[in-house]
Amino acid sequence: MIPPDTTSKEQSDMSTVGGPSPDRPQAAPAAAKPGAVTAKAGHAVKLNDLNAYYGNVHAIKDVTIDFPANEVTALIGPSGSGKSTVVRCINRMHEEIPGARATGSVELDELDVYAPDVDVTAVRRLIGMVFQKPNPFPTMSIFDNVAAGLRLTGTKSKDLKDLVHRSLHAVGLWDEVKDRLSSPGIGLSGGQQQRLCIARTVAIEPEVILMDEPASALDPISTLKIEELIDELKERYTIVIVTHNMQQAARVANSTVFMLEGEVIEHDETNKIFTNPSDERTERYVTGKFG
Amino acid sequence: MEASATSVTGGRSALERSPAGRLPDRVLKWGLSALAALILILIIYFFIRLVGQSGHVFSTYGISFVFGNDWDVSRSIYHGGALLFGTIVTSIIALIIGVPIAVATAVFITELCPRRLRGSLSIVVDLLAAVPSVVYGLWGVFVLAPRLLPAEKWFASTFSFIPWIGGGIPTLYNYFIAGLILAIMILPIVSAISREVIATVPSENKEAALALGATRWEMIGMAVIPYSRSGIIGGAMLGMGRAIGETIAVVLVIGSAPKIGSHLFAQGYTLAAVIANEFGEATGIHTSALFAAGLVLFVLTLIVNMIARWFITRGSHGTRGTGATGMTIASGPAGEK
Amino acid sequence: MSATALPQISARRRRTDKVMRGLVLAATIVALIPLILIIYYLIHKGLSAWTQSGFFTTDPTGSFFGSPGGIRSAILGSLEIVALATVISIPIGIGVALYLTEYGKEGWFANTVRYFVDVMTGVPSIMFGLFVYIVLVVGRFGGSGFAAWKGAVAISLLMLPIVIRSSEVVLLLVPSSLREAALALGAQRWRVVFRVVLPTAGPGLLTGSLLAIARGMGETAPLLFTVSTAFGLTFSLNQQMNTMPFLIYNDITSPRAALQTIAWGTALTLVVVVLILNLVARFIASRSRMA
Repeated sequence: MIPPDTTSKEQSDMSTVGGPSPDRPQAAPAAAKPGAVTAKAGHAVKLNDLNAYYGNVHAIKDVTIDFPANEVTALIGPSGSGKSTVVRCINRMHEEIPGARATGSVELDELDVYAPDVDVTAVRRLIGMVFQKPNPFPTMSIFDNVAAGLRLTGTKSKDLKDLVHRSLHAVGLWDEVKDRLSSPGIGLSGGQQQRLCIARTVAIEPEVILMDEPASALDPISTLKIEELIDELKERYTIVIVTHNMQQAARVANSTVFMLEGEVIEHDETNKIFTNPSDERTERYVTGKFG
Repeated sequence: MEASATSVTGGRSALERSPAGRLPDRVLKWGLSALAALILILIIYFFIRLVGQSGHVFSTYGISFVFGNDWDVSRSIYHGGALLFGTIVTSIIALIIGVPIAVATAVFITELCPRRLRGSLSIVVDLLAAVPSVVYGLWGVFVLAPRLLPAEKWFASTFSFIPWIGGGIPTLYNYFIAGLILAIMILPIVSAISREVIATVPSENKEAALALGATRWEMIGMAVIPYSRSGIIGGAMLGMGRAIGETIAVVLVIGSAPKIGSHLFAQGYTLAAVIANEFGEATGIHTSALFAAGLVLFVLTLIVNMIARWFITRGSHGTRGTGATGMTIASGPAGEK
Repeated sequence: MSATALPQISARRRRTDKVMRGLVLAATIVALIPLILIIYYLIHKGLSAWTQSGFFTTDPTGSFFGSPGGIRSAILGSLEIVALATVISIPIGIGVALYLTEYGKEGWFANTVRYFVDVMTGVPSIMFGLFVYIVLVVGRFGGSGFAAWKGAVAISLLMLPIVIRSSEVVLLLVPSSLREAALALGAQRWRVVFRVVLPTAGPGLLTGSLLAIARGMGETAPLLFTVSTAFGLTFSLNQQMNTMPFLIYNDITSPRAALQTIAWGTALTLVVVVLILNLVARFIASRSRMA
């Protein structure tokens, strides 16, 4: 559960974060209904005609997706369908690969993150990412890992402690690590490390969280914990999750996008995708005929 | 079946090999083992003879040979303190100047430079290692020392308030020039090892830093440098080991004055340099003193190299130091110690 | 709902990023300056020696007046001594490396040998000269004081650890599956070594050897008290012999200006030889990697 937020906002850089007011952890019921077209207080992401290339390979073709605010949207599809690439384009990590480029637009609310004078590092403050393999910084303690992003914007040390504790609470890791905050981050188990990485990501209060197969390297119990966490996190963040585990998509996602060979085939309520898909290819995939 | 096998092979089963057939294998195995043992014996013998030859001067002076400050051939007094001082000072100068530049080139080549330049740039930096040290000495004597003298004079007078660094009258050959040449000589090996270590930083940590909104430099500070720190220190120590043992380039530009120089730009001496200069005409206890200097030098490089190796294995985070690093350290910079 | 405004990334962070990257680039350029300068002076001053008549075809006269002569005896002497050192150190070096990878492996004896070889790489090269001096020169072993073969022994001691280390690295790269396949076919160990392991490792062994030879050619200190020098052309290995490094060393301190020019010419010759060996070694290494 997200505890009451008592910290003062740092005079950053950041505009206010939308979402339910912090001292009422329970979200308004309307926000929880999948597919409901109610006015959300969160941040939506829209992909418009996104094309991505690795050198000459055209990996993502004319992808247009709406990710509604404060919802979890899953991207499913066989290996090589481009789901990870799409997600990496959203926070502009895709272009870090030599020879890779993307065209089109990715709008966070009304802001196109691909606009010409946009600073990439600023984009990534707003759009956080959790990776498939848990990657806490090996030379840093648990505390320092969570504080890593905060230190970048010069958060004052006196504020750090509260913010780090709050993040650890938010991901449900607090009780397990409260006595060893200064021990190395990599000393934790796989599932704990991944939650640590999530804590690191939410510590800087992004608006969107991207998750690239966050539980695929974890055991079933840790996976379940992560899924519960995702369910809580969507109260405050818009979440996009790539997964090859269809049961996982069914469990956590409000809506699901099926991709094949770099194109969006179908995007609908999760229930519908899995029980009554419109496209034949979707049906073949979800019933396990290929991929 | 056995009867026929026996009759054909004369009493052995068909699965056994004849003693003659096993011979080449045994010869190879024992031959190679003998060679390996030879190496051990060689080094032990080397050490024993070295100690033996230094015995005379150590029995005369004891430990004050190492730390006392008076090396005077004409009066037959041999205390190597000034030599030790010069060896350490020039090595430290080499580290201060060489390591930051070497690490910077390593960071540049692995993290910042365009992909297609990476290979050629590495080769060029490594080429510095191929230059023989006598050529460095030649260049130092005729180019570097004379050209830098005006700048050294300016520096010494402008910063005369800093003890030992400024305030003196620079001579043509001095500690600084020797340290500078050493810095250039250790640059390739420190850079190569640093490059190797930096390349092992897991890309997922670098991505994590970038995904948090770090600038490129911040990413390097968060994910690359902390991970590589031990390995880089190990590389720097290997460089120091090189610098300590370097003879020819140093003897040509240090000025060969067997006393503790009073400032950075004064003439000095090192353990290796004194051997090169004085061995030819030494006799009796003088020879023993030079061997003793060699012994001190040997022990010093031994200690420094051991510390270096400890840092490198600690910094390899579980991966063995093989592959390119092995080749690099093995083939090593050319030029002498 | 509040629209997203892009957080301003602080000017300080942007500046630091630019400044540090600039510094790192500057340092790299600084690192290249000595190489450029050395090459420049070598060519500038060395060529004028190369174009002197008889530079390559006559021997140094060693006299203070008249023609200083050329460097023929030094070139041939270097070639001879290093050739002998090669013949000694390469087979022994590869042999020890073979022992380490094929037989000793991780045993205590092999590890001890490895450690001692590591120690040997750290020995200042002048010490090898001193060692040979004590053992071979002082007692006038072989009926001579200073002798070319004794210098070759000192150089081979210097080359030995280099050959062993680089050969071990290369031999370890031969996939054990190759060895096992051969052994499974019933081949004896020695055949596996000579027919499978050595040929596969061949290019790498050659590279390592060439680099060791390049190193041996450039060394001066081991020659100082083992072979000393001579002016005229000698082929006898049991006498003093001229070498390029020694000649440079002597001529640097000579008061005669003409000899200083000769020193530059000799240095250029030496560097050209060493560079060719290095580049050939790299070429072989890169070609075998691509194969």
